[in-house]
Amino acid sequence: MSRKLYLDNAATTRVKREVKDEMDKYFDEFYGNPSSQLYELGRKSKEAVEKARKTVADFINADEKEIYFTAGGSESDNWALKGTAFANLNKGKNHIITTKIEHHAILHTCEYLEKFGIETTYLNVDKYGMVDLEELKQAIRPETMIISVMFANNEIGTIQPIEQIGEIAREHGITFHVDAVQALGSVKIDVKKQHIDLLSMSAHKIGGPKGVGGMFIRKGVKIDNLIHGGGQERGRRAGTEGVQNIVGFGKAVEIAKRDFDYHVKRLTFLRNKLIGGIKNNIPDVVLNGHPTKRLPNNVNFSFKYIEGESILLLLDMEGIAASSGSACTSGSLDPSHVLLATGLDHGTAHGSIRFTLSEEVTEEDIDFTVETMKKIVIRLRAMSPIKNDNDLKK
Amino acid sequence: MYSKTVMEHFKHPRNVGTIENADGIGQVGNPVCGDIMKIYLKIKDDKIEDVKFETFGCGSAIASSSMATELIKGKSIDEAVELSNKAVVEALGGLPPIKIHCSVLAEQAVKSALYDYSQKTGRKIKGLENYKPDEEEDIHCQQ
Repeated sequence: MSRKLYLDNAATTRVKREVKDEMDKYFDEFYGNPSSQLYELGRKSKEAVEKARKTVADFINADEKEIYFTAGGSESDNWALKGTAFANLNKGKNHIITTKIEHHAILHTCEYLEKFGIETTYLNVDKYGMVDLEELKQAIRPETMIISVMFANNEIGTIQPIEQIGEIAREHGITFHVDAVQALGSVKIDVKKQHIDLLSMSAHKIGGPKGVGGMFIRKGVKIDNLIHGGGQERGRRAGTEGVQNIVGFGKAVEIAKRDFDYHVKRLTFLRNKLIGGIKNNIPDVVLNGHPTKRLPNNVNFSFKYIEGESILLLLDMEGIAASSGSACTSGSLDPSHVLLATGLDHGTAHGSIRFTLSEEVTEEDIDFTVETMKKIVIRLRAMSPIKNDNDLKK
Repeated sequence: MYSKTVMEHFKHPRNVGTIENADGIGQVGNPVCGDIMKIYLKIKDDKIEDVKFETFGCGSAIASSSMATELIKGKSIDEAVELSNKAVVEALGGLPPIKIHCSVLAEQAVKSALYDYSQKTGRKIKGLENYKPDEEEDIHCQQ
């Protein structure tokens, strides 16, 4: 196996060279604690953290005082929901609106909050994974405290009408949280224009390090702290700052901003090439997600009559890393909740593969992927007792 | 995650295919669970003369089918019906806990095919007196 083709960039990305170089000096040279303001080493760290904060704030059109660093997307999502819920506890506000296709960091937090008497409405999505604004309006109650909708879906890449949702939330005086972990760097985010009150971000999806992310909290939004302790992050998020990680996050955002247009254009081209290649060369496939309102790096197909894990194992033998919405890969019994929410039947959902691209991917890699998939599908279908849609309906 | 033997059987599955005019056919599992196994038997003089399988499922489902067919090929009916999922797991050098159901499915597929043979020919098979294929099918999906 000579080729190594990484097509799982929605899972995580390689840390960019420039990011790593920038981070390096904060391990051994500028290792001071940002809270130690009485000597230079500490001040250097503080400066670096504040520089990163400004970079992140500028990128989403926020004020730097509205950016807080966290340990990643999951912490930010937890903070948004738990912080809002606890700030509203015993105030007659006990209702959350979210969607059926959110990340588990949202869904499992909502489940947990039931213990505290908090109810959640999970909005449906259409076959493309898009929420319905009318259904959202209908779901709003006097007790609704927060609407949480992901900007773009991690599995199928569908981009939601965030600005319109933001308008609805604003009209009703409801806090609007957006999980932008997958969208950051690939979609224009403007928290003012899009009426976003809380926004979750992560560094490792955009060429930054793992274990760091961010949270935008609009000034004046009522939200309790999640992590209690020291006075870091202006008293909002305790714990010594992961300076090198924050520096890496800042650098990754700086690059994302600089290369934004190229990134979107290049990946959209590669994405469409892969989508076209699979559609034109392999029969009985279903493109999951929206045909155009989707992340530039996301391709998700169901290959009917075969199962996802088998496909991934055969892809791996050819040096291609991808991921699957099949239950067999996640250790649960049901295939991806996202695919089921779009109305896909279980059997078809089990045969779903997600390819997520990066700028490192070449056109030749795309051709190789299509050719490889073609062979794999023929091989596994020859082995499968399911030959047509009727066999799937059992 | 998988043993060498599992990967070997996944990469080079034995006995893939169908048998025309098979003496017994068994299918277990369903698309909802994400795995289906179908086993075809050619039986002569109470012996499994030939066996083939078709499987929709993950790596361990394919490897379990392959191993199960290997284990019963050439055996007598009475030996084949004794095939346990444990024997399949052991022969495969182990399966991850979450994948044990694949071996159960393989055992059930063999039993189901033998049951079909017994129904067709009237040949009573010890161990299958109370076998109800539809009931067995759903067990593996619930874990």
